[in-house]
Amino acid sequence: MSLRIRRNPRLERIRRNRLHPEYTALMAATVPAIGPTGLRRINPHQTGFVMVQGRKRLNRLNPGGVGFATSSQPGQAQAKEKPLHSVTDPRGYVAVVMDLPGGRLSSHDRDVLGLAQQLAQAKDDPHAVLAIALGDVRETDLGGAGADRVIQLSQLHTEPLTGYCPELKLSILTEIEKHYQPAYWLFPDSIDGGADLGSRWAVQQHERAAVQAWQVNKENTVCRGGSQLTDWHRPTPRVLLLAPECAAPVEEYRYEALPLELTPPEPISATIEDRGPVSVDPSQIALSEAEFILAAGNGVRNWDQFHQVATVLGATEGASRVAVDDGYMPRHRQVGASGTWVSARVYLAVGISGAIQHLQGIGQCETVIAVNLDAGCDMVRRADLTVIADSEAVFAELLNLMTERQTGVSHQSDTADEGEARHVA
Amino acid sequence: MLPESLSKAVAGQPLKIAALVSVGQHPLSRRERQADQDSRAVELALSLSPQLPSLIHVGSAQNNALRAYLGMGLNSLTVLNADPDADAVPALADYLRDQPLDIVLTGVRAECGEGSGLLPYAVASQLGWPMVPRIVSVVSIADGHADVWQALPRGQRRALRVPLPFVASVDPAADPARQSAFGPAQRGNIDFRPCAAEPDQARADWEQHPAKPRPKRLAVAKGGTAAERMKAATAKPQGQGGQVMTEGTDREKAEAILARLVAEGVVR
Ligand SMILES: Cc1cc2nc3c(=O)[nH]c(=O)nc-3n(C[C@H](O)[C@H](O)[C@H](O)COP(=O)(O)OP(=O)(O)OC[C@H]3O[C@@H](n4cnc5c(N)ncnc54)[C@H](O)[C@@H]3O)c2cc1C
Repeated sequence: MSLRIRRNPRLERIRRNRLHPEYTALMAATVPAIGPTGLRRINPHQTGFVMVQGRKRLNRLNPGGVGFATSSQPGQAQAKEKPLHSVTDPRGYVAVVMDLPGGRLSSHDRDVLGLAQQLAQAKDDPHAVLAIALGDVRETDLGGAGADRVIQLSQLHTEPLTGYCPELKLSILTEIEKHYQPAYWLFPDSIDGGADLGSRWAVQQHERAAVQAWQVNKENTVCRGGSQLTDWHRPTPRVLLLAPECAAPVEEYRYEALPLELTPPEPISATIEDRGPVSVDPSQIALSEAEFILAAGNGVRNWDQFHQVATVLGATEGASRVAVDDGYMPRHRQVGASGTWVSARVYLAVGISGAIQHLQGIGQCETVIAVNLDAGCDMVRRADLTVIADSEAVFAELLNLMTERQTGVSHQSDTADEGEARHVA
Repeated sequence: MLPESLSKAVAGQPLKIAALVSVGQHPLSRRERQADQDSRAVELALSLSPQLPSLIHVGSAQNNALRAYLGMGLNSLTVLNADPDADAVPALADYLRDQPLDIVLTGVRAECGEGSGLLPYAVASQLGWPMVPRIVSVVSIADGHADVWQALPRGQRRALRVPLPFVASVDPAADPARQSAFGPAQRGNIDFRPCAAEPDQARADWEQHPAKPRPKRLAVAKGGTAAERMKAATAKPQGQGGQVMTEGTDREKAEAILARLVAEGVVR
């Protein structure tokens, strides 16, 4: 047997040609070798392929999975890969009081946690980020957002911390200050409560807080001034109210999110009493602020029915320009380039074709639902859910469904089982 | 027009309200003007009590911007005479402490200068009064308590009850201010009072610069091969092509819509 390596020109040709039908099978067959220590070894002579001119080429698409980690499920693979960052014996804390609107981390909260990690890393001795969650928490992955330690309280002496209770929250922060003396106190400067609580805390601590801070490091802070027209450069204070996007959220590591103990403070009697949310007439909400908009266009004929549906669904009314020009809706209800740019979370567009001037106005909407007769129109391409149907018929059924929801009785008289209907009633 | 409950409450003794006003600036031309949020505070004060509210300004300004508040139908404005770089909080607290007041209204943030929105909190804390942020209206006042509505995001409102006297900041969602009339504005009386305002030491070594445009955050594709990142960076965001429902009865279609609305939490 000669030891001469024999070349196989055919296989070489296939290795060179990514479009060859047998290419994937061949590359998949070249399994990575496992070395004696269990590590995966790559034979550098086998990666890539040699062109006819004799030049070596690397194939970074790497279908055989040799040499590179395959990312068939990128999200999962990355989540597994992230190393754990742990602070075993913190010498100090960076406290973050999160907003948690609806019990979940907002993107603003994540930015502030990201900044807190930067500030903690900038300290000479190990500091831990202390995430403070007051109220109901439905977020499960505080560690993934950058919390080393967590203090979570959903009630204080049977007083729930949901709703508006800044004085109770202040008493808890005072207790935390007493036990842990954080090096920094960070708050999101947001309308969800962070700005209010942070201002109160700064005044109570006699600290001149940095408000609308958007560039922060250990020494200096840049804050936006009034009307967003000036920047104030100042030394970094202990209490910071941070603008959105003040820093990037954490990415490289997972964090421990270990719960910390806190003895609840003495009960206090709050002077401001929360009397609950006020039911707001959705038609009074400004279009740009509304959360849920029912918009009508040229495909709506029965306007009384439209107003009725908006009322039962509790939606704010909007309209396309055609509906406004034809006089069916007031001008301040027009959505689009020459009307209002809306930021609704849910936008239900009925009989609107989706002209570009209209689509511009709904660019920020998260969920768009369309009702239209024409499956090829632009609104259908934008929508997350489209129903191809006549607007009047859908409105009528929506009205029926809503009355059934409220009364608990099925009106689908011809198909409904009579016995069952009686049972439900 | 006063709400009925309010006129009843104030029948015995009219509410005494003060509004703290500042000089604003136009966001584009940067001309001095009547500050928008402060004007809304004055408007709310005017709508609450048959007795005219008192207007208070700390500074040395004596310009048409300040006079514009008088044009809303007020007779006089008190200016606590102080340097532009003086700390307004102690001066205001000292002055307000001696006044028989029920409510002090302010804007949320000033239009010039630091605009931190901390002033109402600091004044309230020095006076020992509660502070209610971002109110849009005072609904009723009964036995020493006021029921106010607070603005929340997305046009929502919350009802709060606070004991009098209190400090409140007025949200931009409150009723817009009435037009300011030029004649009364010029005729109105500006009452200068000396006050011992200390210079603001904390701010002495801060630097003020024109606002630098903030960088926009880009969605950077991470991980994967170079080819995948290239594809993610250059690919045109396609219309996700949501679900299209063509078949089925109208009722089924309406049910699908309603199910989606319930899942999104907008219909309960
Ligand atoms: C400078 C400029 C600015 C503009 N600014 C705006 C703006 O700000 N906002 C705006 O909206 N427009 C604006 N427009 C107008 C815009 O170009 C379109 O003309 C307009 O948006 C179309 O409105 P529409 O979709 O309601 O009507 P149409 O385009 O007529 O669409 C009606 C839709 O309803 C469907 N339909 C018909 N009957 C039914 C039925 N029975 N059931 C269900 N569906 C049905 C049809 O299939 C069609 O898709 C602007 C135009 C210009 C030139």
